[in-house]
Amino acid sequence: MEHCEAKCGTAEQEKALEAVIEASRSTPGCLMHILQEAQGIYGYLPMPVQKKIAEGLGISLSEVYGVVTFYAQFSLKPKGKNRISVCLGTACYVKGSDKILAEVEKELGIKCGECTEDGLFSIDSCRCVGACGLAPVMMIGDEVYGKLTPDKVKGILDSYKEASK
Amino acid sequence: MVNLKINNIPVTVPEGTTVLEAAQTAGIEIPTLCYLKDVSCVGSCRMCLVEATGARGLVAACVYPVAEGMEVQTNTEKCRKSRQMTLELMLSKHKKECLACERAGNCELQRLSVEYGCDPNYFEGEPLTHAIDDSAPYVVRDRDKCINCNRCVAACKKQAVGAIGPIGRGYAVHIGSAFEMSLMESVCVGCGQCIVACPVGALKERTTVGEVWAALADPSKKVVFFTAPSVRATLGEAFGYPVGTNVEGKMVAAIRRLGNVEVFNMDVTADLTIMEEAAELVNRIQKGGALPMFTSCCPGWVKFVEQKYPAFLPNLSTCKSPQEMFGGLLKTYYCKKNGIDPKDLYVVSVIPCTAKKYECHRPEMKGEVDAAITTRELAKMIKMAGVKFDSLPDEAFDDPFAACSGGGTIFGATGGVMEAALRVAAQLLDGKFEVIDFPEVRGAVPIKEAAYNVAGVTIRVAVASGLENAKTILEGIKSGERKYDFVEIMACPGGCVNGGGQPTLPDSIRNSQNLKELRAAALYACDKGNNIRRSSDSPVMDVLYKEYFGAPNSKKAHEVLHTTYKADPRI
Repeated sequence: MEHCEAKCGTAEQEKALEAVIEASRSTPGCLMHILQEAQGIYGYLPMPVQKKIAEGLGISLSEVYGVVTFYAQFSLKPKGKNRISVCLGTACYVKGSDKILAEVEKELGIKCGECTEDGLFSIDSCRCVGACGLAPVMMIGDEVYGKLTPDKVKGILDSYKEASK
Repeated sequence: MVNLKINNIPVTVPEGTTVLEAAQTAGIEIPTLCYLKDVSCVGSCRMCLVEATGARGLVAACVYPVAEGMEVQTNTEKCRKSRQMTLELMLSKHKKECLACERAGNCELQRLSVEYGCDPNYFEGEPLTHAIDDSAPYVVRDRDKCINCNRCVAACKKQAVGAIGPIGRGYAVHIGSAFEMSLMESVCVGCGQCIVACPVGALKERTTVGEVWAALADPSKKVVFFTAPSVRATLGEAFGYPVGTNVEGKMVAAIRRLGNVEVFNMDVTADLTIMEEAAELVNRIQKGGALPMFTSCCPGWVKFVEQKYPAFLPNLSTCKSPQEMFGGLLKTYYCKKNGIDPKDLYVVSVIPCTAKKYECHRPEMKGEVDAAITTRELAKMIKMAGVKFDSLPDEAFDDPFAACSGGGTIFGATGGVMEAALRVAAQLLDGKFEVIDFPEVRGAVPIKEAAYNVAGVTIRVAVASGLENAKTILEGIKSGERKYDFVEIMACPGGCVNGGGQPTLPDSIRNSQNLKELRAAALYACDKGNNIRRSSDSPVMDVLYKEYFGAPNSKKAHEVLHTTYKADPRI
């Protein structure tokens, strides 16, 4: 394989990705590790990044893409500055976390798995954050918000909007 | 050796044999869907589940190794119920268009569903709404017929192409190209190995049969057909003949019965390719051109180089493929000689290949071949025309493109182009060189190597079929490990006899017979039985060069018979 150019983010990001590939390429089964590192560098796994990984490992892009789409931990879409994660684990779910998720989606005008146009928020769902006593729970970044009701959502999101101004 | 019993029949097989293979030796067939000999063996479809002593629950026979004293039951109530439910689950998300499906009557899913008495609507699946991908002329994909057996993925990976793979997880999993690209945008080279691997109708070529019928019905058109070397060795399979039957005479007769046509022999332009390619090789050796020289008759291989190894483009022979040489020859020499306006001549090539459907649309080829149809499409036309194939008389090709050398005929098998070229090139280098047989380059071995000393020059050659092996050769040349002067590559494993446009055979045949060798043997028998073995001895070549081209690699020859390539890097 040769001559495949892919512009992968900033020069620093690209350099970091190249270093990760170079360090692990000879280890069998290194694809998962490289993808996790790449997602750490870019926040998500766009096509140029996946192409670079495929090229670096001498495997097909479809093989890389197959692994990326198999695991929920990998994202094809960019994540927001504030990553919202609504818990849909059993305890939160029976306490109505689906309504919390719906409220967050409504408030931000995007769906779960997406990112707002201004890049401020992205929404994901998760399975149990280990705070079942506070159900229903959502996390924004590393902050945990418990005992939520839909009417509390707007105020929380507004505080992040304010903070970014 | 390991002793076991399958359905109470004692079997002795070598260690490491799978239960499926052991059952075959006892004449017991275990149903399979995802398994395909030499291509795919992953144990994922759960059709081959059997009961075996020492195992918890049912085991997949295709991947389960035999053990001493094991007792296997392949046909218990438990096995049958399991298979039936697996089939019904597959049918729940299968587009049941069986009345008009390309593979009706030749579909593994349909056959097993009937055998197991399945209720196709037992489980209600989600509505099937996915668009058909017909972006590429070589392969059309219908995701709603796919059963996720992954045989196409295995075939594509084995070709070192990897244009398709499983995407997503669980119920949402499906086969597609990365980022849901269309096949035309993907790295697909059009070889069609996925089509012949598919057990159902999810993959097929984009058919041009309708256009050919329209041309046949158009009184202003003169229609000519020509058939590729390997088609004679495979067309019979579509009419129930055993694998490896040469049906050349009936094939010609059948095409004549499709309409007012002339039927030519593409082995003639295979000879012409050799005339040009051998001269080009000798020229490159004597004048220091780019070596090794690669053959260029396989459009899947050419596309592979353009996409993945563009640095090797100068090494590709500039010769057009026999299909395109014939197109050029017919639209120039033949039209001129017979006073036909080239736009009134409709040229149909019958080829074992899906990539050739793409090749004839390449801009460099100027549309000289109007339609390229596969062996499968020709069989379909013959059936539609109501021609009773097996009762046809044997008929001969039409002049002036009938007589060929044996060298032209063996183009259809891996090593054939190399051998035909060596016959001519060796004589060009040494007028007294009389060797005709080059057994070192024959056979469906993945990579063959040989060196010949002719007139003080050592010619190092290699032959590879299957793009995985082509990749090995290219990487070896790049690293300096491998050194050659002339290399033949065919994209499909075994060459054109095993092309992506050849008849799709039931798994029971594919898993038990060596298609590549049986079909190739039919071509080598033609070569042996031909009085003319060397392309340069063919009387047709004599006429063409005297009347039209002058000499191989002449200016006129370059205009009509040679082409150019362009880099198209893809990953």
